[in-house]
Amino acid sequence: MEILMAVVIGILFMSATYLMLSKSILRIIIGTGLLSHGAHLLILTMGGLKRGSVPLLSEQANSYVDPLPQALILTAIVISFGVTSFFLVLAYRTYQEFGTDNMDRLRGKEANE
Amino acid sequence: MSLLHWAILSPFIAALFIPMLYKRFRKIHTGWFVLVLSILLFIYFFMFLSQTRDGRNVSESLAWMPSLDINFEVYIDGLGLLFSLLITGIGALVVLYSIFYLNKDKEKLNNFYVYLLLFMGSMLGIVLSDNLIVLYMFWEFTSFSSFLLIGYWYQRERSRYGAQKSMLITVFGGLSMLGGFVLLSYIGDTFSIRELVSQNGELITHPLFTPALLLVLLGAFTKSAQFPFHIWLPDAMEAPTPVSAYLHSATMVKAGIYLVARLSPVFAESALWLWLIASVGIVTLFWGSFSAVKQTDLKGILAFSTISQLGMIMSLLGLGAAAIHYESMDEDIYVAATVAAVFHLINHATFKGSLFMAAGIIDHETGTRDIHKLGGLMNLMPITFTITIIGAFSMAGLPPFNGFLSKEMFLASMVSVTEMDLFNMENWGVLFPVLAWVGSIFTFVYSMIIVFKTFTGKYQPEKLKKKPHEAPIGMLIPPVILASLVIIFGLFPNLLSSTIIEPAVAAIQPGAVHVDIAHWHGFRVELGMTIGVIILGVLFYLTLAKWQNIYQLFPAKLSFNRLYDALLTGMERISLAVTRLFMSGFIRTYLVYIFLFFIISLGYTLFRKNALTIDMKNTAPIGIYELVLAGIITIAAIAILFAKSRLTSIILLGAVGYTVSIFFVLFRAPDLALTQLVIETISVALFLLCFYHLPKISRKEERLAFKLNNALISIGVGVIVALIALSSHSSKYFDAISKYYVENAYKEAGGENIVNVILVDFRGLDTMFEITVLGIAAIGIFAIIKLRLTRGKEEG
Repeated sequence: MEILMAVVIGILFMSATYLMLSKSILRIIIGTGLLSHGAHLLILTMGGLKRGSVPLLSEQANSYVDPLPQALILTAIVISFGVTSFFLVLAYRTYQEFGTDNMDRLRGKEANE
Repeated sequence: MSLLHWAILSPFIAALFIPMLYKRFRKIHTGWFVLVLSILLFIYFFMFLSQTRDGRNVSESLAWMPSLDINFEVYIDGLGLLFSLLITGIGALVVLYSIFYLNKDKEKLNNFYVYLLLFMGSMLGIVLSDNLIVLYMFWEFTSFSSFLLIGYWYQRERSRYGAQKSMLITVFGGLSMLGGFVLLSYIGDTFSIRELVSQNGELITHPLFTPALLLVLLGAFTKSAQFPFHIWLPDAMEAPTPVSAYLHSATMVKAGIYLVARLSPVFAESALWLWLIASVGIVTLFWGSFSAVKQTDLKGILAFSTISQLGMIMSLLGLGAAAIHYESMDEDIYVAATVAAVFHLINHATFKGSLFMAAGIIDHETGTRDIHKLGGLMNLMPITFTITIIGAFSMAGLPPFNGFLSKEMFLASMVSVTEMDLFNMENWGVLFPVLAWVGSIFTFVYSMIIVFKTFTGKYQPEKLKKKPHEAPIGMLIPPVILASLVIIFGLFPNLLSSTIIEPAVAAIQPGAVHVDIAHWHGFRVELGMTIGVIILGVLFYLTLAKWQNIYQLFPAKLSFNRLYDALLTGMERISLAVTRLFMSGFIRTYLVYIFLFFIISLGYTLFRKNALTIDMKNTAPIGIYELVLAGIITIAAIAILFAKSRLTSIILLGAVGYTVSIFFVLFRAPDLALTQLVIETISVALFLLCFYHLPKISRKEERLAFKLNNALISIGVGVIVALIALSSHSSKYFDAISKYYVENAYKEAGGENIVNVILVDFRGLDTMFEITVLGIAAIGIFAIIKLRLTRGKEEG
């Protein structure tokens, strides 16, 4: 299972990278979204999969899956959500102000030229 | 803190008060205050003379950074005292001269004297410091204050150019020297020069000895304008003439000489030291005197002559270092070289100082320094003429002036090189006297140019800006004093020999020396050489117009100045080009760099360390659900790449997010699944909210080749991540720490949901800051939408 997940994560990273290299801001944001999904799955996979019960003590199982990666991912999800939404609004405002979402045309100009 | 420390620091302290004095006493020329201080310092140092003569050296210590072995350790011996007397004595004369040279209403005197005092204090610090680091500190102070003084008339472009050039070259040397000092202190385990000297025999065996030697010499050569670092000195002539006289003839340029002399006992064992200094010095001598003849500016001639004379002293010091190899000789000719170096050092300071001051007077009274415009000033400026004649004839090496004596000693030393049987000198040694002799002829020629082109010939009043007349008395006193010293030292050289020269030589070459400088020492080779110099020099001078064309043979393009300029502009251009090359301004380019670096560094490490292992043992079984979900997520993720509309992309991203949450369900993470579901919903809602405001995705602009590059990079990233995930999963070295959480979640924290307990109890701090992140994001979004500063400005 972990090997399959590693492949899936690799694909997610690949798509994310490709999107981030494009010119449109929206595609870049979608790329970051994919990247965070990949990262979250990666954390979970590295903790080991399906070895034991849901980490609720009321289950009274013999073994539980590792709860620590889950806590870490929970934090990461919230943070990436915050960042993505900020980024999205930033892109929206950028488009409003400059009338373009093309990163090439948003290039900074050299000051002394 | 002893009186000696106060004496060294007094110019710095005085510099603090100069602006106040300048503002408060506008009627009095600020220079008078400085003059008092420099005379007091001169008298103070003069009183040490009796002590050093008897070999009683004075040393005082002041703790500065004792834990680093860096202390303000002051040490006065013959050499240090000689330099201190030069610095304060000529300093006093220069200050007196500057009082009459600089107009108190037109010039910013406060700046001038602050810089000059900084320079004087740092020069004293150099020559009296025993600690290498303290020496270096004062060394950079002199570079710095010299920079300020050269750029004194900062409105002029040439001044700024000269200041920058001297700064770059001397600081380059200074930093190399620091490197040499650090190596030296590493070898000898001390920063104290005296302690280094005491272990000179052991140092040479260390492998770092030669690098240290080269680096220290680089510092000395750049400061003392040795070939090919001499180029800054002629450009430093843009400084006011008192500065040129003081810094660029008598003191600062001798800091390198001082360094060589001071460290001679440490390095002299090495043949490299001897030959580098001697040959660089002799080449500098020749090149300086050769170039001086073609100059048309009086200060230009003097600058090149300074370079040449410094080369002469340097080569003498180099030869003097040979003495250590000939300890048993009765008649030690190489010690005589050191004596000649010290003697000429004094002589040069006297006559060059007076010549610079005379040039300044001419400039001041006629408005030009161009020898083509000058001429026939003999009757108009008789005193200046006399001073110039004394200075120039001494420089040319004519009797009865002091230059004659040191020139004779110099030629004698150079002739002695041919007898040296060290280091295969039989073949090349003969170049030394030849170069020295030819250099002396050129020296004679330019000395004559200075005197006769300026003061004899046709008087051309129409070319002069002012009507020339003799300078005010105050301006004449300092050069007159120096010129009389030239004669006094010339007639009675032994006034100096036991008082100053002997202790100074003893500091350079430990051991008793007896110095007796005689005018007449029989018909020796050097006397014949001097006569030859005079005869050929007169011939050359008279036929100057005929052979001066040889200077046209050397194209100006090949000069070292051009090289320096080309180097400077070339470096600027290259760095600009390099920066332009990779700083494209496109964010995508930078992302490509980052990703490429990521791929290459991680891929290389994986490959190099044989880290790639795939272990199937510890894996969970693959169920049908997971397989289906993996298929969905893969298809969705790849489909985004080909999506033509933004709506499709958003929906596909949503599909990926929901699949991830189902993965969380399958992998037994209920809280994650819940959160992911909610957040994905909100995200998609947000995307849709922005949907109408965001532009259509246009992919037409991207070219195919470009897409291919991106595809390669992204495949690389994906593969690397997958490989790292596989190999790190396959090589686990220890168990997780989660057992503790499972066991204690209820016992310690009273909760059954382990994940939640971790979030709010075991690792509550993370959660707190995650809440902060959300808060900041919310405030940020609010601010972005609400604040419209630029628009408000435009409207207002």
